[in-house]
Amino acid sequence: MRHYFTILSHEIRALLYSPSTYIAAVFFLGVMGFIFASILDTYSKTPQETPPAVVFFQFFWFPVLFMVPLLTMKTIADERRQGTLETLLTTPVNTAEVVLGKFTAAYLFYLLLWGSTLGFHYILQLHARDLRGLDPGPLVGGYLFIAISGLLFIGIGVFASSMTRSQPVAGIFTFVLLILAILGPRYLGDLSALSGSTLGPLKGMLEALQISTHVDDFTHGVVDTRQLFYYLTGSTLALIFSILGVEAKLLNG
Amino acid sequence: MAEIPDITIEVSHLVKTYGALTAVNDLSFTVKRGEIVGLLGPNGAGKSTTMRILTGYLPANSGSVRICGHPVASEPEATKRHIGYMPENNPLPDDMRVSEYLWFRGRLKEMPRAKLRARIDEVLELCDLKRNRHRILGRLSKGNKQRVGIAEAILAEPAVIIMDEPTIGLDPHQIIIVRDLIASLRGRMSVIISSHILPEIEATCDRVLIINGGRIVAQGSPADLRHEIFGSTSYRVEFAGERDTLADRLKDIEPTLRVASLGDCGPDGFCVATLVTESTADLGEKLLTALPAHGYRIRSLGRTQPSLEDVFLAATRRSWDARLPDQPVNGDNRPPLPKF
Repeated sequence: MRHYFTILSHEIRALLYSPSTYIAAVFFLGVMGFIFASILDTYSKTPQETPPAVVFFQFFWFPVLFMVPLLTMKTIADERRQGTLETLLTTPVNTAEVVLGKFTAAYLFYLLLWGSTLGFHYILQLHARDLRGLDPGPLVGGYLFIAISGLLFIGIGVFASSMTRSQPVAGIFTFVLLILAILGPRYLGDLSALSGSTLGPLKGMLEALQISTHVDDFTHGVVDTRQLFYYLTGSTLALIFSILGVEAKLLNG
Repeated sequence: MAEIPDITIEVSHLVKTYGALTAVNDLSFTVKRGEIVGLLGPNGAGKSTTMRILTGYLPANSGSVRICGHPVASEPEATKRHIGYMPENNPLPDDMRVSEYLWFRGRLKEMPRAKLRARIDEVLELCDLKRNRHRILGRLSKGNKQRVGIAEAILAEPAVIIMDEPTIGLDPHQIIIVRDLIASLRGRMSVIISSHILPEIEATCDRVLIINGGRIVAQGSPADLRHEIFGSTSYRVEFAGERDTLADRLKDIEPTLRVASLGDCGPDGFCVATLVTESTADLGEKLLTALPAHGYRIRSLGRTQPSLEDVFLAATRRSWDARLPDQPVNGDNRPPLPKF
């Protein structure tokens, strides 16, 4: 693991030097600001039962679907296309260190982007005359959810990037896998074929995998270890598959 | 760094297949410490594949490779510490500066920070990159990029340096610089370079391995190769005198000496003949004394060296013929390669 920090700092530096990072950050903050503003708009017209933070985090899937592919599609696919993966892997570095270093850099950047949305809540706090409904509980839960689910989403992105040498293919593959992970269980769970009693456990499982219910749980202060387990094992599995993906590509030329 | 053994690279019975295509077919060779070896072969001969297997980037199907005594397959990290590798086309990240890149690579190669700073200055000086140290890699010229690749390969002072086509795409002036640079490594590091630019290999390498179809078809120093492939020496002589009895006169000088070709005589009576002999001794002086004694007038005499190019063409062509009936890889029942 002695090369992990070398690769991590190299990746972070590459992110900070590349203009696409800043373009992505501006778009992310723009879209999130727009969502936040429209939530506040709704709240100012009619009183609501849930705090605005809960609603804000229910929109997590939108930036995730677009930001994660942009962040991760470059990681391994681009190195492979340029041929620098070959020079990287002929140093005394193992594949696990390379994949983990790239994953961590992308994850830290993902956290940084989400962290910057804290500014929205701070500004609201400063300027709202009525402070009822602005309690910090949902915020803490929401950001905890973002931090933990981010592991899985970024892991999926790195995995997709390890499968191909083309950035667009990696991006689209990530997008599809994320849609499957985020929306798939909901639509499968609604299938009428699953309503029979024999398939009950399957239906229960699909319901437990629904990420939108996880958000609600976290923002309401419920931290379920089953959900934590899902994200941690999911991301570990994605990273193991990425490592295997990089190595399998070498085997087959 | 641990003691470097006398034999730095040991390859035995290496086989690598891509599906139905056999890229490397039962390849064996060794490289001694401080030796510069050239891998020569036409496109698709298996040069790059062999190099990638040596670096541990690609796994072989069978056979073994040892770098400084460590097997590549089971101790990849130990062997990678001894290798500096520059791949074909020398891929570099476009968005880094020269010194940043070398720093990053040096850290990956486990060089201590304090030593690395001084060493980077040293290799920049060696490769004539001092003026470019703060420039961005993506904006460097091809020659400068190539030199960054070489600087990177020698950065950690590895025992083995592997360079895949180091002079591709360089202008003649830069080729000479790169060639001198490689020659300056002689005696300290083992260097394997691949190329199909023949004068290149001839100028720098102590030993040449000619590879075709994944097999070594000839090896040795350029001079040995000439003799092995052609088995004869030829002389070009310009003379005036009796043409018909020349062959008999030559037999008196050396039994195997014969006339390979005899051109038409010019208006001044001089004709050009090519003489071929299997004798390894230099017959120049004998010819110069014996022929005038028989009444011939000689205007010029020269020993013609087949260039490495001829050797290469001959070696790869004869292996091409021998390759057609595909023999089992591990059995040693291949017919000997025919003399060309």
